[in-house]
Amino acid sequence: MSDTLLPLLVALPLLGAVLAVAAGLASERAAAAVTTLVLAAQTGLAGWLGSQAVLDGPLSVGVGGFVAPYGIELVVDGLSAAVLVLVAVVSLAVLAFATEDAPGGTAFYAQYLLLVTGLSGMAVTGDVFNLYVFLEITGLATYALVASAGTGRSAVSALKYLLFGTVAASLYLLGVGYALMATGTLNMADLATELAAAGYDSPLVLASFGFIVVGLATKTALFPLHTWQPDAYADAPDSVSALIAALVSTVAAYALLRLIYTVYTPAFFEAVPVARDALVAFAAVSIVVGSVLAVTQSEIKRMLAYSSVSQYGLVVVGLAIGTPAAVFGAVVHLLGHAIMKGGLFVAAGAVADLTGARTVDEYAGLADRFPVLGGASAVLMLAMVGVPPAVGFAGKWYIALGAVRAGSWPVAVVIFASTLLTLAYFALLVERMFVAPASESVLAATDGGRDGDDDTDALGPSPPSASRPSRRALALVVGAAVVAIVLGVVVTDLGTALEPTIDTLLSP
Amino acid sequence: MIELLTTKYTYLVVVALLGIGAYVMIESDNFVKKIIGMNVFQTGIFVFFISSAFHTAGRSPVVQSGGGGGPFVSPLPQVLILTAIVVGVSLTAVALGLVVRIYERYGTINERTLEEVRADE
Repeated sequence: MSDTLLPLLVALPLLGAVLAVAAGLASERAAAAVTTLVLAAQTGLAGWLGSQAVLDGPLSVGVGGFVAPYGIELVVDGLSAAVLVLVAVVSLAVLAFATEDAPGGTAFYAQYLLLVTGLSGMAVTGDVFNLYVFLEITGLATYALVASAGTGRSAVSALKYLLFGTVAASLYLLGVGYALMATGTLNMADLATELAAAGYDSPLVLASFGFIVVGLATKTALFPLHTWQPDAYADAPDSVSALIAALVSTVAAYALLRLIYTVYTPAFFEAVPVARDALVAFAAVSIVVGSVLAVTQSEIKRMLAYSSVSQYGLVVVGLAIGTPAAVFGAVVHLLGHAIMKGGLFVAAGAVADLTGARTVDEYAGLADRFPVLGGASAVLMLAMVGVPPAVGFAGKWYIALGAVRAGSWPVAVVIFASTLLTLAYFALLVERMFVAPASESVLAATDGGRDGDDDTDALGPSPPSASRPSRRALALVVGAAVVAIVLGVVVTDLGTALEPTIDTLLSP
Repeated sequence: MIELLTTKYTYLVVVALLGIGAYVMIESDNFVKKIIGMNVFQTGIFVFFISSAFHTAGRSPVVQSGGGGGPFVSPLPQVLILTAIVVGVSLTAVALGLVVRIYERYGTINERTLEEVRADE
């Protein structure tokens, strides 16, 4: 019975996007209300279907009565359930921040729901071409959201993102074309058997793997395919940065995991070990270079963006190593990174609204003035570094454990080195916030509106408007910090819930 | 080699379109030309799919009642590309909208000029 409700996961936000536009004709508040209701319903639906999938095994349905492998199949297993719930919860939470931060407009809400449509679609689909369509829906909504800041800079960044994103999706499509030529099918489960029949060393299969991995790695923003990402994150409105940093690349990395293990299966890696080694090397370079680039940044949002390049490298290393522990670690880090990075971007947005501070130096003395916001951000940063018991530690621990068990010592060394580099940039920021004397912008924000004579030029584009952080932003940052720690504590329960799914994925 | 050229020449068109599209996207400073390059690149992929559907002496895949009448060309890649074309049109629309915004803000659609303008900001 619950199988037949699967298409609603895509249809609900899609319909909601239209409703938001219709409600927007009355007023912008109505559009915001519709968006909130739709996302609340989506969260409930995702939670219910997700728990069904975890408890009773995977759900699947052939859309429109066309039976798989001929029709499009929607599938929810433990892994896609986790991603679906993540997408619904994070988008609902960030909406609370977006309604008060974003430039708004009815179109914003419609794009927001379209983005949720695309992301949910990518999580539930069991068809590789359908995945391409959802990838592009996600992309289109993201480009528009990045540009919704309304500035010239954001338009340039969005165009750059669009050109990269389109080529990436086109390469993925080319890979799908090769797989289709080799097998004549597009259904993921069916492709797994047909690709094996076609022979893993067939040039068509190898080419399809290469194109698909490069396409999705660009969407995930691995070095050196990441160059669209810092601009897009830095120039988007703060709430949009939080949303796309938490979800868009995360779901692309999920798609990569899904393609590698459901479509190509571990047997492909057994047959073509060079593919695994290349992916591990690619991701390991991304870990190190992403961290090094993050250390060199002075602007907070750019630093967080480069940090993502490194963290996704870690996720891809985990899934490429392919032992159960490493894949579980990759999934935990994927979910944990989304929560932590989303929270940090909300914090960066709240700080910018309060003080106009957008660089590491301007953050000086922040924690003295705003102890709760500063404290929660520091918790998130330390969680990201991998201080136990937070989820950042759990993810890295399982990935490193998997690497050691697989005998990939160089990877374990890279993970350790990246932890030190992550500590380097976040520790610097924490030191600024808690120890350094207050910067001019922080002082100005807490003067209670009595402007000094030197604070007019130093401030960023958004001048300080309030002397206390907004309740919603504060609740989100504190909430993210709590979730990051709770997830770390209950990670073994998560492991028990996801174990059957990961075992199925990794069974040859 | 000659046989390859005469029977599989559409794949050479694919390679040429992909190459030209990628080159224009990278090399041109003009945003509109970059978008045209993106379209050419995508068209290369469309031609690739359509070529893969080809079958010598294949007929259009309309099965008469009672079946039979083959061989047919494969209908699946054509349906896929119909979808991909729609996606491509939407992307072009969004991209051109962004170019309009850039022109309104900076008064240029040239990448180099834009860098100079932004350096003065």
